[in-house]
Amino acid sequence: MLDVLSGFVDELRASGLPVSVTETIDAADALSVIPLDDVAAVRACLSTTLVKSADHEVAFGRVFDLFFSRRGLPGIPSAEILIETESPDVEEIFVPGRLSGNRRAIDPRELRERARRALASGDEELLTQTAQQAVELYGSVESARPVGVAYYLQKTLRALDVESILSQLLADARSGTEPGERIGGDAMHDNLVRSELMRHADALREEIRREIARLLVDERGAGAVARSMRRPLVEDLDFMHASADDLVAMRRAIYPLARILASRLAHRRRHRRRGPLDIRATIRRSLSSGGVPLEPRFRRPHPSRPEIFVLADVSGSVSAFARFTVHLVYAIAEQFSNVRCAVFIDGVDEVTGIFRRAASIEEAIAEVGAKADVVDAHGHSNYGSAFRLFAQRYGPSLTKKTNLIILGDARGNYHSGESEILQSLRRRAHRVFWLNPEPRSYWGTGDSIIGEYAPHCDGVFECRTLRQLKDFVDRLA
Amino acid sequence: MTPAYRFSDIKSVRDALAAVGYLCDDAIATVLYLAERLQKPILVEGPAGTGKTELAKSLALALSSRLIRLQCYEGLDESKVLYEWNYRKQLLRIQVERNEEDAGREAHHDEWRRIEGDIFSEEFLLTRPVLEAIRADDPVVLLIDEIDRVEIETEALLLEVLSEYQVSIAELGTVRARQIPPVVLTSNGTRELSEALKRRCLYLYLDYPSQEREREIVISKVPEISERLADEVVRVIGLLRSLDLQKHPSISETLDWARTLIVLGIEHLDEAATSSTMNILLKYREDIDRAQRELLGHASKPRA
Repeated sequence: MLDVLSGFVDELRASGLPVSVTETIDAADALSVIPLDDVAAVRACLSTTLVKSADHEVAFGRVFDLFFSRRGLPGIPSAEILIETESPDVEEIFVPGRLSGNRRAIDPRELRERARRALASGDEELLTQTAQQAVELYGSVESARPVGVAYYLQKTLRALDVESILSQLLADARSGTEPGERIGGDAMHDNLVRSELMRHADALREEIRREIARLLVDERGAGAVARSMRRPLVEDLDFMHASADDLVAMRRAIYPLARILASRLAHRRRHRRRGPLDIRATIRRSLSSGGVPLEPRFRRPHPSRPEIFVLADVSGSVSAFARFTVHLVYAIAEQFSNVRCAVFIDGVDEVTGIFRRAASIEEAIAEVGAKADVVDAHGHSNYGSAFRLFAQRYGPSLTKKTNLIILGDARGNYHSGESEILQSLRRRAHRVFWLNPEPRSYWGTGDSIIGEYAPHCDGVFECRTLRQLKDFVDRLA
Repeated sequence: MTPAYRFSDIKSVRDALAAVGYLCDDAIATVLYLAERLQKPILVEGPAGTGKTELAKSLALALSSRLIRLQCYEGLDESKVLYEWNYRKQLLRIQVERNEEDAGREAHHDEWRRIEGDIFSEEFLLTRPVLEAIRADDPVVLLIDEIDRVEIETEALLLEVLSEYQVSIAELGTVRARQIPPVVLTSNGTRELSEALKRRCLYLYLDYPSQEREREIVISKVPEISERLADEVVRVIGLLRSLDLQKHPSISETLDWARTLIVLGIEHLDEAATSSTMNILLKYREDIDRAQRELLGHASKPRA
């Protein structure tokens, strides 16, 4: 079991989770006092000793599934077999067992009916069964293909045609043929059912993904599959190359991140230095030591909050990054005395008003995309002309308290950079920072003119992930 | 000496907690069971209102132990966490000594040492929650609530207690634990806790419960509710939690809502009832607008 554990811990570390030696020992201790045939207990046990942050739970679950969960092998701590699939004799015992156990032919129509019931009820067991059978029927592993869960997932989902089942269920719910109690009027009932179906569909997709991963483990061994499935943690995902799912996960990460940042900034501002002596509090305090003022008390300092002006490039290549940064800045807006925002491509438009009006930041960002007048001539980023327009319109409003933050990749499409304008902006502002979402190694290649701007900034930062963004905001306030 | 374990297996943890009205799932029960076996503190994190504090209270109740609670706040220091010298009493003691000297006795050279040894003895020690917990004679459960509110320096104070179960007092030496109590720390995640603290604890993330478990909780805490209304309540809550809101409704808010519906005499949810009581579940105007739209708005095309 110790070998299994250390292999498991290695894989967790490879996925980016910090696992210390003491924690591994704790895990081993913990495993020795629980029944090993109880997969749920083993899982809880490893998760509580090895994973100390909710953000890492997903990555943990993925690795755990590969190493420990086995269907159809009750009572056997499967990992011990799994981890050693390299040794041929184990493989022989193991793989045929799976095949003979599930040989019974599956009728596609029966499976579809089962999927329908599973999606309608959301019953966990039914979902798991459906996933197993669907993968059995449609997701047979092709030995020549490289290990890739996504490919088989798409294949199975397409064959099962989840979409059409869902739309049928929804139609049933609307017309009332689906048994079950109705809540409220049509619209509310409809919304509830749809939301539930969507969640059940997500659960089914997840089950199918897990099932495929297990199947691949049988074929290729846990190590190989784990390697192919390794994904960076949300905070390490690259803005520029994030998939749609990644973007959703990153957006969800922003609120907690903003809350942590805001409380830290507020705390640091209050504690950075002591305020003037508070005589009244000192004397009150001295009463408990017989009138001798042993402990001086100080007033809380109220240093001014910085002002922020964000100038963001929203051309196609970097818009995802700009969206995140603006989102984060607005989520912690109370920490700054004033936040203004302008966006540009080759023209500039201030969008502060949109943020103030809109009900939520998401809406505001959508509205910025639709309304802001940022295209002057060509629709390709032109930093020179954008800076010139910005300096004309907003330059006078920059003060010695303003932090100007420029977001962009500094790819000027070979237009003139006009860095002297940035230089003059810097003289007016308190500080100028540049956040570049490109890897540092690309800077200065091709049409990147970050080198031309860098001397006129107080700091130029590579900012490709939430983690780097967080570090920057932390430094700012 | 092998300590007598109060829980024989994972299931017994669940039963014991259920008996005092805390319905927990297997993962929670496993962690509590391990905490006792490995004698480790539990760090509980999760969204507000998912029953973190309640877990410690119920654990104390289930073990028929006294709950010692340390509510953390910014500026909490050693003298409120571990111990403090009762200096009024010490001053008094010195005063008495001096009076005796004035009364005619010659001041002795080693008099001072004697007094010093005297006034820094246990008699003059005020124990604060953490020290009290490890020195108690009766069984206790220690709850350190909202640990994320204290500064990182104060957090470090707790490390010795949580790993060695002892407290070092400069004038007195090391005070060892009379018992190793179950310790529950809760955090709302307003800041990252230090690695050192996390390493010493078992970690438990209390998320919102599954729909089924939440229904059970509603029925057990609001007994006058009908099964059907309970079902409707958790379904609506389920939808709200799947939305991208600033603050999702917590279990306590679910219960408040269920109680409100009962008080208002609402037997079945409909648009009007839901819409007029939404402010119990959601505390931001934007969230309420959003929820109204998603829940009560007219069916748009299904999301792909």
